[in-house]
Amino acid sequence: MLTRDTRDPATLPRLLLSLLALALLWPGIHFSELDLGVLLQADSQSEMGRFVSAFWPPAHGEEFLQLLWQATLQTLAIATAGMALALLLAVPASLLASRALSLSAASRGGRPSALGRLLRWPVRGLLIFLRSVPEIVWALLFVRAVGLGPTAGVLAIAITYSGMLGKVYAEIFESVDQRPAHSLLQAGSGRLAAFCYGILPNVAAELLSYTVYRWECAIRASVVMGFVGAGGLGQQIDLSLRMFAGGEVASMLLTFFVLVLFADQISRLLRWRFA
Amino acid sequence: MNRLINLLLILCIGAAVVASFRYLGIDLGELTGSGNLKQMGAYVLRFLSPDLSAGHLQAIGRGAVETMAMSALGTLLAAVFGLLLALPAAGRFGWLLQSASRLVLNGLRAIPELVWAALMVLAAGLGPNAGTLALAMHTTGVLGRLFAEALENTPPQPAEAIRLQGGNVVWAFCYGTLPNLFPQLLAYILYRWENNIRMASVLGFVGAGGLGQMLYVSLSLFQEAQASTVILAMLVLVFAVDGLSSWSRQRWVKV
Repeated sequence: MLTRDTRDPATLPRLLLSLLALALLWPGIHFSELDLGVLLQADSQSEMGRFVSAFWPPAHGEEFLQLLWQATLQTLAIATAGMALALLLAVPASLLASRALSLSAASRGGRPSALGRLLRWPVRGLLIFLRSVPEIVWALLFVRAVGLGPTAGVLAIAITYSGMLGKVYAEIFESVDQRPAHSLLQAGSGRLAAFCYGILPNVAAELLSYTVYRWECAIRASVVMGFVGAGGLGQQIDLSLRMFAGGEVASMLLTFFVLVLFADQISRLLRWRFA
Repeated sequence: MNRLINLLLILCIGAAVVASFRYLGIDLGELTGSGNLKQMGAYVLRFLSPDLSAGHLQAIGRGAVETMAMSALGTLLAAVFGLLLALPAAGRFGWLLQSASRLVLNGLRAIPELVWAALMVLAAGLGPNAGTLALAMHTTGVLGRLFAEALENTPPQPAEAIRLQGGNVVWAFCYGTLPNLFPQLLAYILYRWENNIRMASVLGFVGAGGLGQMLYVSLSLFQEAQASTVILAMLVLVFAVDGLSSWSRQRWVKV
C-alpha cells in the first residue's frame, strides 16, 4: 500500500547548500558595507527625492538644447572615429594572428608548424593585452596623457576595440571552410590573394555584422567614458550630476536612450543592406 | 539600383568617418609629433616599475576582495529582485502589472552601471555600498527580463498537474515550475556575475569603492607605480574570471 509522503526528500542537501552559500557571502556584506537602509533613510531620501523630483520637466532651454546637440554629435563622432582607428590596427593584426593564412597549415591539414605558432604568439599576446584592460581604464590613462576631451575617448576606443576586433576577425577567418584558401596557397598564390579570393567571400557578411555591432557598443562605451573626462554626452551627464541639475540629467538620459535606439536602427539597416 | 544604394551607403560611411575626425579636430600628426611622443613615452615609462611593497599589495588585496564582494552581493540582490519582478513581467498577475513591471525592468536596464553608480554615490555616499546598489539596479533589469523569458518558456504542465491535485499556487510554483527553471536561472546568474566582477573593478572611478577607486586616486596623485600595480591586479582578476568561467562552463553546462 502506497502512503502519501509529505516530506520533501531534497530538503537536507538544499538546506546545506544554502547555508554554505550564506556562510561564504556573509563576510561579503561586511566588505561591501552593504546597507539597503540608506535608500529609505529620511535625510538621504529627501536629498535624493529633491534631486529626482527635479527630473520633471526635463531641461529644454534653447542654450541647453544647443549644448546637448553638440555633446550628442561628439559622442557619435568619438565612436565612429575610434572604430575607424581600431580597424586600422585590427585588420593587419587579425591577418597576422589567424592560422587561416598559414603556409605550413595548408600542407599539414590545418595545423601550423611549431615555428608558425610561435611567431603568431606575440601578435595574439598583444591583442589579449589590448582588450583585457577595460576601455574606461584606457580612457582614464589617456585623459592624463593627452588631456581632457574627445581625443582620449577616441584613443581608448581605438585601443580596446582593435584588440577585440582583431581577435574576433582572426577567429572568424578560421571558422569558415579552409579548403579554398589552402588550395590557393598550395597552388602558389600569395597570402593576400589567397585571403581575398579564398576566405573573404565566405566571411564578409559575418565581419560586417560584427563590426556594426561593435560600433553600436562603441557608442554606449563613449557615453560611459565621458565620466572620466573623455568628452561627449557622458561628460555633460557627470557635470550636471555634480551640480544636482536633475532636469538636465533627465533630458540627457532621454537623449542617451534615443541615441541607442537610433544606433540600433542604423545597424539593422546596414546589416540588412550588406549581409 | 541595388548596387547604387549600397555604393551610396558606403560613401556615406566614408563621409561620416572623415566628418568625425574633422568635427573632433583630432590631428594625428600633431599627436605623434616628436615632443608629444617623448612626453607620452616618459609617462609610460613610469608605469613600468610597479610598486610591489607588502603594504601596497595588502591594500590591493583588500580592494580586490571588496570588488568581489560588491559583485557577488550585487548579483545576489539582483537575482532576488529580478525574480520578484519577473513573475509579474511574465504575465502571471494580469496585463496591468505585466506592462508596469516590464517598464520598470526596461528603465533599470537602459541606464548603464556607471550612471547608476554616479546616482547611488549621491544617494548612499562614497564607498562600496554605492557600487553594490548600482550593480544590483542594472543587473535587476537584465536578469528580470531574462528570467521572465525563461518563465514564459517553461512547460506549464507540471505546475498544472499539482494544481489539479489540490496543491496551492506556491507549491505548484516551487515543485512544478522551479525545478525546470532552476538550471537556466543559475546559468544566467553566473553569467551576469562574471560581467559584474569586471564592471565592479571600474565602478570606483565615480567613487563607488573597490579597485577602481584605488586606481583613480593613485592616478590623480600621479603615483604611476602604485597605479600600474592596480592595473596588473585588474588584469589578474579578469584572467581569473575568464579561466574560471570557461572551466565551469565545460564542467557544468552540458552542450
